[in-house]
Amino acid sequence: MTLDINTIVEILSGFCLLIGSFLCISGGVGILRFPDFYTRMHAVGVTDTLAAGMILVGLMLQNPDALVVIKLLMILVMTLFINPTASHALAKAAFHNGLMPVLDDTEILNSKERNKTTDNDLEPK
Amino acid sequence: MIGLLIDITLLTLLVGVAIAIARMKDLFAVAMLAGIYGLLTASFFVAMDAVDVAFTEAAVGAGISTLLMFVVITMTGRSEDPVRHKPLLALLVVTITGSLLIFGTLDMPYFGAPDAPIHTHVAPRYINDSMQEVGVINLVTAVLASYRAFDTFGEVVVVFTAGIGVLALLSVARRREDDAVIELVNDSMHEQHLILRIVTKMLIPFILLFALYVQFHGDFGPGGGFQAGVIFASAIFLYALLFGLSTARRVINQSIIRLVAAVGILLYGCVGVVSMLNGGSFLDYNVLSSDPIAGQHLGILLIEWGVGCTVASVMVIIFFNFAGRQEDNQKAQNEEDIDANRAL
Amino acid sequence: MLIAATLAVLVAMILAIIRGIVGPTLYDRILAVNMFGTKTVLLLSLLGFVMGRPEFLDIAIVYALINFISVVGVLRYSGTFELKQPSAESKEE
Repeated sequence: MTLDINTIVEILSGFCLLIGSFLCISGGVGILRFPDFYTRMHAVGVTDTLAAGMILVGLMLQNPDALVVIKLLMILVMTLFINPTASHALAKAAFHNGLMPVLDDTEILNSKERNKTTDNDLEPK
Repeated sequence: MIGLLIDITLLTLLVGVAIAIARMKDLFAVAMLAGIYGLLTASFFVAMDAVDVAFTEAAVGAGISTLLMFVVITMTGRSEDPVRHKPLLALLVVTITGSLLIFGTLDMPYFGAPDAPIHTHVAPRYINDSMQEVGVINLVTAVLASYRAFDTFGEVVVVFTAGIGVLALLSVARRREDDAVIELVNDSMHEQHLILRIVTKMLIPFILLFALYVQFHGDFGPGGGFQAGVIFASAIFLYALLFGLSTARRVINQSIIRLVAAVGILLYGCVGVVSMLNGGSFLDYNVLSSDPIAGQHLGILLIEWGVGCTVASVMVIIFFNFAGRQEDNQKAQNEEDIDANRAL
Repeated sequence: MLIAATLAVLVAMILAIIRGIVGPTLYDRILAVNMFGTKTVLLLSLLGFVMGRPEFLDIAIVYALINFISVVGVLRYSGTFELKQPSAESKEE
């Protein structure tokens, strides 16, 4: 059985889009379900960049138009620069301002009550 | 099918976010949700094919207005005042007005109906004849910059007036030693944000270049003077946010930027006056060149350029004066801290 | 496949908004806004392809930029930008 090049590109593109979609949803579940800020940050920071990359690559394979590919490439490069930088700045600011990670199982159980007060504790003077 | 699903999801999210904004007390969270609201609105505009509006909403609603709200919140305080009065009367008024408005929509034609009044007067002419009369591919630019150039002139004047208003209300005379103190604060801040600074330095040229692309690509795709001006200004905001206002003030000379704001609107007006001198009516570009289409192109290029200059510089003026106020407050607080430390 | 990806991005947007509304800390909200912005960029790119109008990509580029600017802005003005030294370091001294 022979596959022509178009089918291969189509399959590759679908594969990339599928992985991107999976990562998107897993990041979304992660940001909702994880117990404290740093684990949520981990879920989002890791999946977001790769999901964006995968979906953009998948779109690039769909369209042979040079200008469209260049624009997608620009978005990809910017995402690769911006997302990790923003995550880094955010995590750094959170840690330096005294938001502590939840380290214990019992704390996770109490985290609902505990987290309610954190917003006021962190309020700048 | 997929379009309908996207519309429903986006509108549901819009309502959800709006309710959350109304119920929340922490103003920082409210400002952030307002940013999300802007993004959602713009996505919805895209789904409705209104690309140029989405462009503006993305740059202004989600970007700059959120930023200005943050600056204001730092000056006014972070939590909402408790409500003391009973909201029943207001609720009653809102309910009555809302139901009247909904009742009014019953008379309106269906969305996209071909016999709706909006589709029967000037729209057919714009759609059918603009290619021959103006020769610009992007219909929105043709309407905005040529058919309704006088309206757009009014809008630019409004933007300019806003800039003047901010200058009159918020600008403070600066002394040199003020800048020195602020610079000290900023320097200590810079040391801690090396990565952000480097990435920002790499991004700013791209943002400026992209703004120019949007400015000159407005004839062919979504874009134009308003959007380009806002994007250009946001690059300067980014610089000021990370490198401090006093550094940014040295790069962007404040008196020059005020001049540019005035020159932009003057350019727009002058195009109109020149077309009158050439024997046409105000802002009638056909007479600007021997060939009407070339005249239209020249006129649109010039007024978009004027719009871009005015919008960019007015945005910069507004941001610098807002943030300058905030920085003065911060400096006063720092001096108090230093005094307190000395006393200890 | 495009449609499936669009739906996935929409679901992720909904989840991010829920986290943004629930909170509880300021940083969770910033994180949610950041994620929402990235997902909007993806949604716009996908919409451009679904609706056959690739010029939507210009708007996606603007979103990517604006997203970064608003995250920097929120960090700068939430009073958390000038970092206090973490307590661990002061103990060592």
